[in-house]
Amino acid sequence: MTQPLVEIRNLSRIFRRDSVEVVALKDINLDIPEGDFLALMGPSGSGKTTLLNIIAGLDKPTSGVVRVGGIEVQRMNEDELAEWRNHHVGFVFQTFNLIPVLTAFENVELPLLLTGLSGQERREHVLTALKLVGLADRVDHYPRQLSGGQEQRVAIARAIVTDPTIILADEPTGNLDARSAEEILTLLQQLNEQLHKTIILVTHDPRAAHYAKHERHLEKGVLLPPGVTYTVEERA
Amino acid sequence: MAIPLKYNFRSLFVRRVSTAMTVLSIALVVAVFVGVMALATGLEMALVTTGDPLNVLVRRRGSDSELSSFISREAFQAMRFLPGVQMNADGAPIASGEIVVVINLPKRGEQKGSNVTIRGVSPVGLALRPQLHIVEGRLFQPGLREVIVSRRISERFEHTSLGDRLRFGKGEWKVVGIFDAGNTAFDSEIWTDVNQLASDYHRESFSSVLLRATDEAAVKEIINRIENDRRYNLLAQPEVEYYEEQTKAAGPIKLLGMFIAIVMGIGACFAAMNTMYAAVTYRTREIATLRVLGFKRGSILLSFLTESLLLALIGGLIGCVLVLPIHGITTGTANWQTFSEIAFAFRITPELLLWGMSFAALMGLFGGIFPARQAARQSPAAALREG
Repeated sequence: MTQPLVEIRNLSRIFRRDSVEVVALKDINLDIPEGDFLALMGPSGSGKTTLLNIIAGLDKPTSGVVRVGGIEVQRMNEDELAEWRNHHVGFVFQTFNLIPVLTAFENVELPLLLTGLSGQERREHVLTALKLVGLADRVDHYPRQLSGGQEQRVAIARAIVTDPTIILADEPTGNLDARSAEEILTLLQQLNEQLHKTIILVTHDPRAAHYAKHERHLEKGVLLPPGVTYTVEERA
Repeated sequence: MAIPLKYNFRSLFVRRVSTAMTVLSIALVVAVFVGVMALATGLEMALVTTGDPLNVLVRRRGSDSELSSFISREAFQAMRFLPGVQMNADGAPIASGEIVVVINLPKRGEQKGSNVTIRGVSPVGLALRPQLHIVEGRLFQPGLREVIVSRRISERFEHTSLGDRLRFGKGEWKVVGIFDAGNTAFDSEIWTDVNQLASDYHRESFSSVLLRATDEAAVKEIINRIENDRRYNLLAQPEVEYYEEQTKAAGPIKLLGMFIAIVMGIGACFAAMNTMYAAVTYRTREIATLRVLGFKRGSILLSFLTESLLLALIGGLIGCVLVLPIHGITTGTANWQTFSEIAFAFRITPELLLWGMSFAALMGLFGGIFPARQAARQSPAAALREG
């Protein structure tokens, strides 16, 4: 059996605020194979985003191990993590997080500035990525000149431009209308099916989860067994 | 590669008002700093550029300036024929016995007056200062109560225009010429015939003697001979050195300039700091995003420091432009060694502008370092949660 792309073993994350301890994640074990499109679902505060942040090396587990592509993420220091993220992780946020003073082109180019690519090579990569998300005609637009759906597509172009190992999307449709949300989810699906990108999608929208290959549910920091969904009352 | 500069540059213009206020405060500090330093530089240049390296100025030992000095005519005669003193075409030694007095003149447009130096010179004295030339009217005639006035003094004092009459000594003196002494100390003086001045003031002796040496070695030799002559108790020094010593007057102005600039600079530092802290808070999510994309802490620190520096340098540049028009404006101050007015112009040199820009950069760095550190240290996960 081939090694999974993401291996999570006995992972816990406890936040300490003053004397209060909040268990955000409790003894999580999860394998995500390469080429998977996994929807991580759960109510607010269930630990979805915390898990995603730990996989991206933005947060450290209190205990346990996260391996991505065989590399133990929690062992790297801040600068090593930054470099690793640049090469291996594409992140898509709920609030798009585009840099408002940079154009679509410049936003997508940002992660490439950390690679050794020449200006011409960067330009080609950026244009390919923007074409892929259907925004080839919006390269010189600033975020304020784009619709929410277009902004998120620019963010996806920025996430894929370095050809990362894994794409992490945190509620990417949370700020979008139904139609734009559908477009974004279709785009993610295409990236997974046509370009074989491994995607972890965090959402609490069951419709969004339908685009993924698999679903796993979190409830109060515990990863529920495959096929088990979190309780309906909380979903309301 | 670092975070592109255009990110910082454009970000500055997002918060226009706060950026403009900070830029303005830094501009004012730089303008005041460069302005006061231009005053000190102008004063220094007026005195430092005075004198010829081959000229030896002799005055009585113990006197601070020519005004409080006297040299007997006998001593003058002895000095004229010292070895090493240059001879003119006619075979006469180039040595000038001069008398310096001060008179009080009312300033133009003001009630109060100020002391102005009157120098009595011989034709040799004029030849010793080739930089002095008449720009209006003519030279005074020996034996007549006629004076020539420097342009700067003429601009600043009453009764000193061409054709005016000045009352001092035993009568009225006619202004027959206006001169320019090429930004030297003589630009603060009124000149006349030494013998006429001696007669009006009952002076048997000279205030000082100026000698021209044949070469640099002769300068030293003449100084040695005069200082070792016990009969006269005189002090000889290169003319250049004498005027350089008087530049001490510029010291307090410089000190004042620095003091004002530092106090204002601290204020401007806080303005820059405030703007940068606001920028960091406002852009918490952007900073976190940059970190997620792979930019290291060092890049974030450098980026915000650069932004602060950019802010300060724009301010510095505006400050320099604001202060430029004062270049060349004539002003005056009291020279405490001669107790007379010294007229000089604000001098803004490229070096001074560089100092102004460096001062601005320093304010930017100090104002930016703490906010930049805060930006670099924030946890991206926490910033994304809260931002």
